[in-house]
Amino acid sequence: MNLTRRQALITAISAAAVAGFVPRSAMATTMEEAMAAFTGGAEATEGGAVIITAPEIAENGNTVPVEVAAEGAARITIFASGNPNPEVVTFAFGPLAAAQRASTRIRLAGTQDVIVVAEMADGSYQMAAQEVKVTIGGCGG
Amino acid sequence: MISRREFLQASVAASAILGASGTGKWGRLAAQQSLMTQDDLLNMAPVGNVTLIHVTDIHGQMNPIYFREPEINLGVGQVEGLPPHVTGADFLNMYNIQPDSPEAYALTYGDFSALSQQYGRMGGLDRIATVVNAIRTERPGALLLDGGDTWQGSLTALRTDGGDMVRAMNLLGVEAMTSHWEFTLGIDRVTQIVENELNFPFLGANIFDAMWDEPAYEPYKMFERNGVQIAVIGQAFPYMPIANPGWMFPDLSFGIRESRVAEMVAEVRANGAEVVVLLSHNGFDVDRKLASRVPGIDVILTGHTHDALPEPVVVGNTLLIATGSHGKFVSRVDLDVRDGGVQGYGYRLIPVFSDVIAGDPEMRALIDAERAPYQAELGEVLGQTVGTLYRRGNFNGTWDDLLCQAMLEEREADIALSPGFRWGSSVPAGQDITRELLFNATAMSYPECYRSEMTGEFIHTIMEDVADNLFNTDPYYQQGGDMVRVGGMGYRIDISQPQGSRISEMTLLSTGELIDPTRTYTVAGWASVNEGTEGPPIWDVAESYIRRVGTVDIQPNRSVIVSGT
Repeated sequence: MNLTRRQALITAISAAAVAGFVPRSAMATTMEEAMAAFTGGAEATEGGAVIITAPEIAENGNTVPVEVAAEGAARITIFASGNPNPEVVTFAFGPLAAAQRASTRIRLAGTQDVIVVAEMADGSYQMAAQEVKVTIGGCGG
Repeated sequence: MISRREFLQASVAASAILGASGTGKWGRLAAQQSLMTQDDLLNMAPVGNVTLIHVTDIHGQMNPIYFREPEINLGVGQVEGLPPHVTGADFLNMYNIQPDSPEAYALTYGDFSALSQQYGRMGGLDRIATVVNAIRTERPGALLLDGGDTWQGSLTALRTDGGDMVRAMNLLGVEAMTSHWEFTLGIDRVTQIVENELNFPFLGANIFDAMWDEPAYEPYKMFERNGVQIAVIGQAFPYMPIANPGWMFPDLSFGIRESRVAEMVAEVRANGAEVVVLLSHNGFDVDRKLASRVPGIDVILTGHTHDALPEPVVVGNTLLIATGSHGKFVSRVDLDVRDGGVQGYGYRLIPVFSDVIAGDPEMRALIDAERAPYQAELGEVLGQTVGTLYRRGNFNGTWDDLLCQAMLEEREADIALSPGFRWGSSVPAGQDITRELLFNATAMSYPECYRSEMTGEFIHTIMEDVADNLFNTDPYYQQGGDMVRVGGMGYRIDISQPQGSRISEMTLLSTGELIDPTRTYTVAGWASVNEGTEGPPIWDVAESYIRRVGTVDIQPNRSVIVSGT
């Protein structure tokens, strides 16, 4: 089964229903450009506010579950740094959102860092990254 | 709370029982077999009010077996040179064990063919039952836990779909288990066993429904023993659908799920647990990292990587116990639990010398009954071996050298691949190879020996992929097997490099030429995780080869050159 980007977005919508959801047109092509487009060129720091929950090794690279959380975030974007188009999804959280947390499933072209950037309420940017391995597998045990 | 000194006190107490001065080490005191009795092996100075008994990775072995420990077991990154990545003489020095002693034989590879004749087979569920019963008599309420890889690994386990081991572990009185190879029986059989045949919980906090990401099995079990609340959290092998055929259990998702473990620890503590035990099939290095990141676990009973260590490894306030494999050892962990927490511990890794520990008659009767229908098949002699056949080692072992040679010749291939499994008993030099011994090294549910075409580039990709499962410097990315074994091809590996740069100079041994990335080679292998793999079972391929050769003489394997250690 190949999860299309559109299906991923639908999954994300249901997960982020309370928060409200803003699909972004993906014009950026490189990771740097994609991140700069989100932060407006501001630097994102790895301050520990962003929490990524994703498998270390994907069981199926076509549909990798990723959960992101950043307390106090206004927007959170997931980038798949090694995909042809790195920007995957942006979640926007209104002031009444009880929690700044969302989950979705994404396709990864190969082993790469999943990078998550959050725009905090004060306009600063926080980020975190986790490597997700996509392996051909088969010799454990 | 727990100090190395306390362990040494326990160790000295055990020595005193042997009738020698307290300055000697336990290993040296037991050096002469005449000194070794069942009581010597079982005695330990009791500590506290809670006892855990741990067995793991028995791999279907009901009867005593020979098992040679690895000569090469390299650690990378932060764990380089740390136990369990210490072997041979270094291991003996680290733990003050006398060469040629029973403990040296049990825990290291040195002089295996001679010492195996002196000290004999180890393990056997009837001997383990004797050990368990003795501990339970001395320590009422002792909790017996099985780390999994129990229902697979022998001819009888294969023929009975794990039924023989399920019945034996029920009789042994196991009180909870976790899992790995169990799932290679297929999800329907696992469900049948868990729901109808197993007398105890099948725990897996990290097993989830793949579609909805909801817990699929009981995560933990609370036990009250001697007035103490003990929580046992189960952690199944994290990379089940990657390292083994996911199509056999398509609706399940695994993973380390560190945050889930932390949640479970918090939950059981909130429910009043005074002792938190993680019954784990993560593998030792994964558990060592987990212990450093998830506080609140008192004891991790490790498994999967088949390491046996005579002392716990202590990370923060967590004890890591490594009980070995194939029934060679039983661990006894005593805990002094007071004021809501663990105040001290005692530990003994009990080596199950089958010639010293008497078998429990009831378990012996069950084993004999389970084996009876297969006795003729098990005992048939297929050939002999000149040198010891063994599996363990990061890069090769003589058992897999034999299997690769069989695949090259019987399947007429350029290159043969045998998976880096760590299970399988050994055959000492000069002995008969029976069908039972061949199945001990091959019995599993996806044994088809394929024959296919692969480009040199693809073979390189496979080699790099598997090497990273073993030598990634982050333990969370390791799957816990050994390197894929290769026949017909040599290579150089620099384990200090990242994925993609470790493997070089792949050479076709028949011609001495470098592997051409663009050329196509005929490759035979077995244990593919892909559904629909076709070919004869590996044991038929190996039997055909052994019968044709008669006496197998595996020469030392010099075709893998290792650097970066």
